[in-house]
Amino acid sequence: MLIRKPSDIPSSEITPESVYINRRKFIGKSAGIAAGGSLIGGSIGGALAGTPGRAAAQTAQVPQRDWSSVRTELGEELNSFEDVTTYNNFYEFGTQKDDPARNAHRLRPRPWTIEVGGMCANPGVYGLEDFIRPGTMEDRIYRLRCVEAWSMVIPWYGFPLKDVIDRADPLGSARYVEFKTLLDPEQMPGQRSNVLNWPYVEGLRLDEARHPLTILATGVYGQDLPNQNGAPIRLIVPWKYGFKGIKSIVSMTFTEQEPFNSWKRAASNEYGFYANVNPEVNHPRWSQARERRLGPNCGVFRCEQIPTMLFNGYVDQVAGLYAGLDLRVYY
Amino acid sequence: MSKKRRVLLLKGLVWLLGLTPGVWLVWRGFTDGLGANAIEEVLHRLGDTSLIALLVALSITPIRRLTGWHILAPLRRPIGLFAFFYLTVHFLWYAVVDEGLAFEYIVEDVIERPYIMVGFAAWLLLIPLAITSTKGWIRRLKKNWQRLHRLVYVSTGLGLLHFYWQVKADTYWPIAAITVMVVLLLLRIRRKKPRRERERAVAAQRPRQEPLAD
Repeated sequence: MLIRKPSDIPSSEITPESVYINRRKFIGKSAGIAAGGSLIGGSIGGALAGTPGRAAAQTAQVPQRDWSSVRTELGEELNSFEDVTTYNNFYEFGTQKDDPARNAHRLRPRPWTIEVGGMCANPGVYGLEDFIRPGTMEDRIYRLRCVEAWSMVIPWYGFPLKDVIDRADPLGSARYVEFKTLLDPEQMPGQRSNVLNWPYVEGLRLDEARHPLTILATGVYGQDLPNQNGAPIRLIVPWKYGFKGIKSIVSMTFTEQEPFNSWKRAASNEYGFYANVNPEVNHPRWSQARERRLGPNCGVFRCEQIPTMLFNGYVDQVAGLYAGLDLRVYY
Repeated sequence: MSKKRRVLLLKGLVWLLGLTPGVWLVWRGFTDGLGANAIEEVLHRLGDTSLIALLVALSITPIRRLTGWHILAPLRRPIGLFAFFYLTVHFLWYAVVDEGLAFEYIVEDVIERPYIMVGFAAWLLLIPLAITSTKGWIRRLKKNWQRLHRLVYVSTGLGLLHFYWQVKADTYWPIAAITVMVVLLLLRIRRKKPRRERERAVAAQRPRQEPLAD
């Protein structure tokens, strides 16, 4: 019989912090359900769900939340955990939709470090748990609109990006924040092909980054992010096309120059820096006016295409960011 | 084994291979194996199958020429018809299932999206070829039959362009397919051999000229 000494236990087998942080939130969550029964309403135009809870030391076991009755502020049903975790793009693991689920087991999301740098007063290199410490964790039920004209509704778990921007304290001259994904072809075999320029780069204008709808997610469906969804931490910007949501982030850099994001670099006539969801601005090769909403109402023979909404339905919250900007030019 | 039996056997094989992708899709459909975006998965696999069948059909003649396996000749028609079958289902799947016969969207797609337009053209071009694939039509059209059926190259080319234009960034498979097509075309162009060799090839073919059961 093999008895392992504590020193033999790899750090990857120790309960990751986000797991027990995830558990904590259930307390807030059950309270939320008991109190109102509705997870909708509240903060940002009803886009937020659940009760926020500051990450405090609690380890109580709480029951799994029942997601079946959860809806968006527009009454949309959630996609299943299976949909979310078996059909997505993450070219670091292959270009087919089922490649990430098949190949992402190679990724080692812990231990993980994130480097904060560039034009800020408080740069640093953080372990994952230290990095997310200022974060106000909560569930966020968001629509996700892929640039390929399909969409899902996904219950992320995370915190406003603003929380970690404030800690970094960007200089007045900083205008953008740039993110990079891990570069390691051993863990990410898709990086052996040159289909994109690696590592994956994304970025936001600082006002977009500070917007309360913009979050860094560490979980989905009340669990840690599966590797294929961008473990251990990824960006979610719900009013932009999915490719803005950079996954498995290892760095965050404040800059004066607009970041040169990977898809823009790959085909700047088709993908821009802004990538705001906009039914009026078509992709050069296909229409963005409609989208196929995958999920409970989408089967083999019938999957209705629904009209795409300006800013993915978050127009009331974010339109102000783009006053005076020609969205056809800055797509 | 007599030649007739061998041809029959090969044709059986073509039917088996030709039906497999369709049966596989139906099986996956019944076992919930098509993923979250089942409609698109079916659409793409039908398109793939049709292009592969077209390229295989186009490779029969060069293979015959390189290897002397003229027994393959009668396989061109069933393979080509399988390609047309999958392409037709591909188009119907798009129009009926995907778009729900919303003509305004279909017309807009065909007119405004070049990749859909060329795909649509590839299908249209194959229709007369499928219709005239019978022995009766071969007889009636005589020399023109072969001219007409050269359209299969145009159709396949358009199909490959359609494939290439609809991928987002990973052009590996479209380029692989286009490469196959280019090689097949080069093999055709290279056909002009010195006369002596040509005569020898004709002589070698002569005894095989008896009509093959199609």
